[in-house]
Order: sequence, then C-alpha cells, then structure tokens
Amino acid sequence: MNATLTLSQVSRSVALPDGTTLRILTGVDLQVAAGEHVAVVGRSGSGKSTLLNIIGLLDAPTSGHYLLDGRPVDGMSARRTARLRGETFGFVFQQFNLLPGRTATENVASPLLYASGREFLRRRRTAREMLERVGLGGRLDTMPEKLSGGEQQRVALARSLVRRPRVLLADEPTGALDVDTGSAVMDVLEELVRREGTTLVTITHDLSVAARADRQFRLDHGVLSEITGDAVAAATAHRETL
Amino acid sequence: MGRWLLGPVAAVTEAWGEVRVHRTRVVLSLVGVFLAVFAMTTITAAGNMGRQLMVESTERTSGRSATLQVSAYPNGAPTLQGTERASQVLREAAERHEVAWWGFVSQGSGQVTVRFPTGAQVVPFSYVDPSYGTMHRAVTDQGRFLTAADDQAFSPRLVVNRAFADLLGGFDERTPTTVVLGGDRPVTATVVGVMEVPYSDGTTPGAYALNSAAQSWGLVDTAMSGPPALELWVPDADAEAFTAALQSEVQAALPGYSVSAYRSDAGEELRVVDLVLAYGVRGVGVFALVLGGIGVLNVGLVTVRQRIREIGVRRSFGATGGRVFFAVLLESVAATFVAGVLAVALSVALLSYAPELLASLLPAGAPLQDVPPFPVSAAVEGLVAATAVGALAGVVPATVAVRAKVIDAIRY
Repeated sequence: MNATLTLSQVSRSVALPDGTTLRILTGVDLQVAAGEHVAVVGRSGSGKSTLLNIIGLLDAPTSGHYLLDGRPVDGMSARRTARLRGETFGFVFQQFNLLPGRTATENVASPLLYASGREFLRRRRTAREMLERVGLGGRLDTMPEKLSGGEQQRVALARSLVRRPRVLLADEPTGALDVDTGSAVMDVLEELVRREGTTLVTITHDLSVAARADRQFRLDHGVLSEITGDAVAAATAHRETL
Repeated sequence: MGRWLLGPVAAVTEAWGEVRVHRTRVVLSLVGVFLAVFAMTTITAAGNMGRQLMVESTERTSGRSATLQVSAYPNGAPTLQGTERASQVLREAAERHEVAWWGFVSQGSGQVTVRFPTGAQVVPFSYVDPSYGTMHRAVTDQGRFLTAADDQAFSPRLVVNRAFADLLGGFDERTPTTVVLGGDRPVTATVVGVMEVPYSDGTTPGAYALNSAAQSWGLVDTAMSGPPALELWVPDADAEAFTAALQSEVQAALPGYSVSAYRSDAGEELRVVDLVLAYGVRGVGVFALVLGGIGVLNVGLVTVRQRIREIGVRRSFGATGGRVFFAVLLESVAATFVAGVLAVALSVALLSYAPELLASLLPAGAPLQDVPPFPVSAAVEGLVAATAVGALAGVVPATVAVRAKVIDAIRY
C-alpha cells in the first residue's frame, strides 16, 4: 500500500499533577493510503482527539514512529513542523472554530495568509471560489454569527480545503449539527475530497458517519483496532432502527 | 514577490486584519497612549511658548541674551568732568571690542517735572540710546519706540507708560501729543509711543527719552547723576570673556571708581526653565506614557487569553510561533504608532490653528514677537516612545500567545 500516513507503535502519555502518568494512546498502528477515507470511533476520553492531533502534527507521540509520505516527522524543528502542517493538513472542528469578526471569505482566506507566492496573493479570489464550491456563493461577505450551523460548517470545510491539503482531519464534523444537516455536510465533504483525491480521517461518535468511510477503527482506552464491515453494518442498522 | 518579502507582507497583512477586527478594543486600549503622546507634544510646545514669552518679557527688562552691563560709580561725590571721563572710557571700551549693539542707559534715574493738565508732577525718566529698542525687544502698545532719527528732532521725543498717557487725556498716533517738561527752563516734548516702562508699577507715570535729548534739553543733571551704565549685546558664547575683559579694562582706566561688569539678561533663570521643560514636562509625559503602556499591556493580556482559541486555529493553519508572536506584537506596535501619529496630528492642528487658545492659557503679557516653531523633536520623541511602549506592552501578550498549547487552544 502507498501509505500517506504510517503510525507504528505510537503511544502518548501525560504526567498528572499527582505524579502519576496517564496513558492516552497505547501502541497505535495505523496506515492510511493516499485518497483513502478512514473513520475512528470511540467514547469520549478514549484518545480520539489526541490521535488526530498527533496525525495533524499538533501534538507529538511519547514513543513510536510516525511517517508522513514515508518520511519521519519526529525531530523536525517547530518552524518546519508548522510549515509542514499548513501545507499538508486541513482541519475541520466540531465547533467550527470560525474566526469571529471576519466574513466568510476572510475566514476561508485566512489559511492562505501562511501560504507563499501566488497562493497568498490570490487568497481572496481562491476563497470565493471555494465558498462557491460548497454552495455559499451568496454568503461571501456574511459574518459567521449570521450563518446557520450547517452553513458555518460548510465555511469551515471550505477553509480546511482552501490550501488543497493532502490530508483532511475532521474531528466530529457533524457533532454540532442535526442529522439531516450533518448528512448534507458530509455529502459536500466527501464530494470535495473525492474530487481532490484528499486523504480523509474522520473522528466521530456517529456510526452512520463512520460507515461512509472506506475503513473504520475503534479506539478504546487508547488502543486502536479495526472494525470489520459486518460490525459496522450491524451497528448502523441498529442505530437506524432506534 | 520574493519569499523573503512575502513573509513580512503577510505578517503585516495579518496584523492589520487583527487591528481592524478588534478596532474597538484597540481604540479603547490606546486612549492612554494617545493622551500621553498628545500631552507630551502639546505641553512641550506650550512650554516652549511659555519659555519664549518669559524670554521676551525678561528681555524687555534685562535685555536679550547675552546683555552685559558695565557701571562705574565714583568713590567720592560725582563731578561733571568725572562723569564725562567715565562715559568716554565706557564708550571707548565698547568701540574697542567692536560690539555691534551697545548703548548707555539710566533706568528710572531721571527726575523730571512734567506739567500735566491736572498739575505738575515729578516723573522718573529712563534715558536710553536708540539701540535700546532692539536690544530690549521694545514693543509699544501704541505708536513707536525711540529711534536714531529722534536725535535730530526739534523737541524731545518721549515714550510714556499708560499712566502717563492717561494723565494727558490719552494718546492718539494720528495727532501729536505734547507735554511741557521742566521747571525753570520748560521744554515741550512730543509723545511718540505708549508702552510699559520697567521699574514702574504701572499706576504711576514713567517715561523714556533719548540720552541725547536729555543732554540737549537739560533734562538731567549730569554732574549729580554720575555716568550712565553701558549695555552691550554680545554672543552668548563670548559673554563670560567680555565680562572679565570689560571689568579689568574699565577698572584700570578709571581709578577712583567702583566698576561693575556683569551679565544682566535672564540667562541663568532661563536655564532653570529649560531644565523644567527638559525633565519636568517630559518626565510627566513619560510617566503618562508608562501608564498608557500598562493599559495597553493589560488589555493585550486579557485579549490574548480571550483569543487563545483563535490563535490555536491559526497554528493549525501552519502559523509558526514566530509568526504568532510577530502578529500579536505588531498589532500592539502598529496600534500605538497610529495612536501616536493621531496624537501628534491633533497637537499640530491645535498649535497651528489655535495658538491664541494656547497663549491665553499662559501668563498675560505682550504678544509674542517670535512664535516658537512646532517642537518636531518632541513629536518624534512622542512617536518613538509610543511605538516603544507598544512593543514593550506587546511582548508579554505575544509570549503568552506563543506559549499557548495549540491542543488546549482548539478545545478551549
């Protein structure tokens, strides 16, 4: 497999104030191919966000190895890490995290402030094009607080993809939306990543969202294991009958 | 655009965007800095104007900087020959040193009977040379001061104070105002101007006349009054050397006289004013700036904590620690710089368009002859200080922003 992301025996622990150590991730092995869509499900506190942060270079493992496109990322300077993060990853957050006081266009253009050359200079135009692609061409100059939840998440989607990242990391992308709106947002998200060939890693509580991925993983007390297709189908069906 | 240029451009663009979005907070936090720079610049300008007022006021009494006075008093009773000899020695001293501006002056020493319409009254007269007007920056309320042309006039010319003019029933430049002087040998004098007379309280009459007129028309008893004092207007730098030379030369030429050469203008007093301006006014300005800076720092710290999630989101976009630090710092610096520019602009506007307002706040006196220029140095100092305060006040919030844990920031 031509792996974009390779995690080998990745562990993450933190020292607590009482002197004990809390293990958040334990021996995580994960390979994600270019253009693949994987989903990670798990209870709150199971380490999902920590895993996503490590993948997105926002956090570093305590032990283990992480290869990005076959190259190790540990040992890089903070500056190089930040640049690599900006060039490689796009983030979608559960709470959207749109920048207040900026229009939809300014929000989508903001990652391009850290791009170089043509990307920086054409940032507003690129941002407008991205917003049109997510169906918000009529809301270019609208402030986030004037947008509905679904619209805000679509702005966040446009922002996460505006630098054409190779990997999109979505942390509970539908967590703050109702079922129908969440489904619509996922449709847009999947359409965009499919068209761009972007690798997508989704963290979710929602099994129906997880079922849309090519592969599903469960994170339980910091241990990652792959879920078989039958189990996902059963879980999804059970949820739909409720 | 090269990468080396793009980075700073992008950082400035980002910082400006932050200032724009947070303009209300920025404006509120900068009120202190704005007022401090405005106060620094305006008070310095007002101080300069006050200094100039004081300079001009003291120059009217004591002469311009540097005015030297040389007096020679006989140790015994004055005689006509002695007085003439002493005057000759003083004149030769001034001519020997090729001083451009000099003259004899007897401030308030003459006692002249003046026949006012209400009755005769003895009035103190000051006798001066025509150079006095320039050397003492004489400004008349009405009419003009005495000139060299008055030497040739067919009657004594007088410049009188307001009390004198009032006793004559007022002064009108368009019609000659005359008054009879003297007792046994009366002479009709012409009043050519009205101005304040030094050594007069303003309620009793006083007057100026030329030394030549006093001699020609017998207004002064030369034998009894002794020689007048010699005044010389010399460059500041040469004042000390001139004083020493005149003291020794005149004393050597006039045995039996007590010679006193000294600097009579307000140089020393002005140095005190300059010190007050330099340290007092600017000290207050710097103190105000520090207070303004603490305000900026305080608001900056609070705001950074409120914006921690936003900073985390920017880090997820690929913002480096340096870029976050620079953006927060630049926001503070740019904002304080703009506040400084606005403060200086307001100060310039105030001083340019309303100097009368400022002058009215200062002690009353004759109008300024030489309005001091706008204190560019104070404006530059204010701008630099404001920017420095912005930088210092921005460092702490910028450091907090960089140290914020991205993960916590995003989940905040």
